[in-house]
Amino acid sequence: MTTAAAPIRTKPRRSWTPSQIVLTLLGTAVAVVIVSPLAWALFTSLKSETEAVEVPPHWLPEDWTGQAWSAMFETGNITNWFVNSLVVSVCVTTVVLLVSALAGYGFARTEFRGKAALMGVVMAGLMISPAVLGVPLFTTVQQMGMVETYWGLILPQCAPAAMVYILYKFFQGIPRELEEAAFIDGAGRWRVFFTVILPLSRPSLAAVGIFTFISSWNNFLWPYMVTNNPDLMTMPNGIATVMNSYGIQWAQLMAGGLMAGLPLIIVFVFFQRQIVAGVAHTGLAGQ
Amino acid sequence: MTTASAETVVAPAPARAAVGTATVRRRQGLQHGGWFVAPFLALFALFVVWPLLRGLWLSLTDANISGDDANFVGLDNYREALGDDLMWDSLGHSAWFTLLVVPCITVLAFGLAMLAHHIERGKWLWRLCFFLPFLLPSTVAGNLWQWLFNPGTGMVNHVFGIETPWLSDTSYAMLAVVICTLWWTVGFSFLLYLAALQGIPAHLYEAAKLDGANAWHRMVHITLPMLRNITGLVIALQILASLQVFDQAVVMMDFGPGPEDSTRTFVQFTLEEGFTAYRVGYASAISIIFFVLIAAVALGRMWLLRNREEGGR
Repeated sequence: MTTAAAPIRTKPRRSWTPSQIVLTLLGTAVAVVIVSPLAWALFTSLKSETEAVEVPPHWLPEDWTGQAWSAMFETGNITNWFVNSLVVSVCVTTVVLLVSALAGYGFARTEFRGKAALMGVVMAGLMISPAVLGVPLFTTVQQMGMVETYWGLILPQCAPAAMVYILYKFFQGIPRELEEAAFIDGAGRWRVFFTVILPLSRPSLAAVGIFTFISSWNNFLWPYMVTNNPDLMTMPNGIATVMNSYGIQWAQLMAGGLMAGLPLIIVFVFFQRQIVAGVAHTGLAGQ
Repeated sequence: MTTASAETVVAPAPARAAVGTATVRRRQGLQHGGWFVAPFLALFALFVVWPLLRGLWLSLTDANISGDDANFVGLDNYREALGDDLMWDSLGHSAWFTLLVVPCITVLAFGLAMLAHHIERGKWLWRLCFFLPFLLPSTVAGNLWQWLFNPGTGMVNHVFGIETPWLSDTSYAMLAVVICTLWWTVGFSFLLYLAALQGIPAHLYEAAKLDGANAWHRMVHITLPMLRNITGLVIALQILASLQVFDQAVVMMDFGPGPEDSTRTFVQFTLEEGFTAYRVGYASAISIIFFVLIAAVALGRMWLLRNREEGGR
């Protein structure tokens, strides 16, 4: 028994069959191609500005220096932008999670007048984004007096129909018996939602949260429209506009870019299994 | 919606329990249902529905950026837009970009997912490597590739020993934007494919192996059919995202329209009309046209899905 069980568990992990060797080599080649631009950014950021623009270019710095990094922190607003990005993304993620979980559940499991019609309107909202309706959205926000404010940066990102739809699909799949048992015990809607439904939805909520955070952290277009004030800019926005404006300093620009990517890379390294599981749970529900 | 009420009615179970819980559910629902969706609907109304209605109204006026003194001009903006070469050019650029990106992304993402799924060692490492670029902001990806494509100091020409004027020649500029986009966004579709691959039941493959199917046959007869739905989703999401391309293109071209205006995208055109020329009415009309186009694509997909379902039955 034990001899039969052992190979089954270990064999798929450890064997170097010819096909595994070929696949691994292929995978390594592809990974090198994909990662090398990032390595190039990292090496560039560790060169001096003069070495960075030498022709012909070379991969590794001849003089390793953190000059670009320290110059970036001393001269620019990069810490401001970082804090702004963090504030905006955390607020957006919190509001989106709360609001879309409630709405997803409301649409999936409660009855109220006009539900079908409202659901149709929300579905239509899947097709609207700041890229499509940028100018009218801007004038709306302008009318509300929220241009150049945190409110203006945050609130328009807080109504993603897609997230409501994903969670709606997910809540529909939860067996009703689980809720009904709680109803019979005398629990109300809200208690059922918080004590039965939410704990069951952790992987989906994690996926929605992480993808909302990624898209908010990386959002360029909306902050670009709503603010010109360097003190209020977010990372992608500040890097793309201010750092690109007076004669690009490539080493600094690469350092800034890496710093913009770093938080998300850390998040992904730690949560990648949950992210893939969450995509399996929710992304596929998108059909 | 319909499914919910159908279940309530049809529920076979012990009749009295079903009726009892149905009433409880109905009462609970009537009391609180609206409150669950209210916060979202408030935000949705303010920042999605209202801008759309406002855009519709503005598109019928000659409003400028300050919003004062807008005069009703009827369909003039739409008439002008349909005769505006600049609009058709920028729409053409976005469409051409989409046509180049979507098939490439789909094939690449599938290939990467197959690799990451079938290599047995270090799965987390492949996943991380292939997804990594997507974690950068689009503008950073744009800057990075602008730097890589730079004729003298950039690595691309150096590595391949060529002297291609990537960013300043009309025949290469859009290609450069496409390459940057492929590199940057393939990770997202890759992840969708990977999750779908992991969801294919292993017993299908085992049964096929017993029947003597080789690896190629297993891929063609099991993997590909099982991935049909996710492929539809990947293509649809990618078409919608690609039509809205803006960030990386504009950053790579120093916020300009590219050599001989060859990379001016539709979104860029809208923003130029709205924020540079201050023609908010006209920009709104273009936005509405764009919205109709996007909606047509989305509805087209829904129609295809429905047709396929009916055909399958």
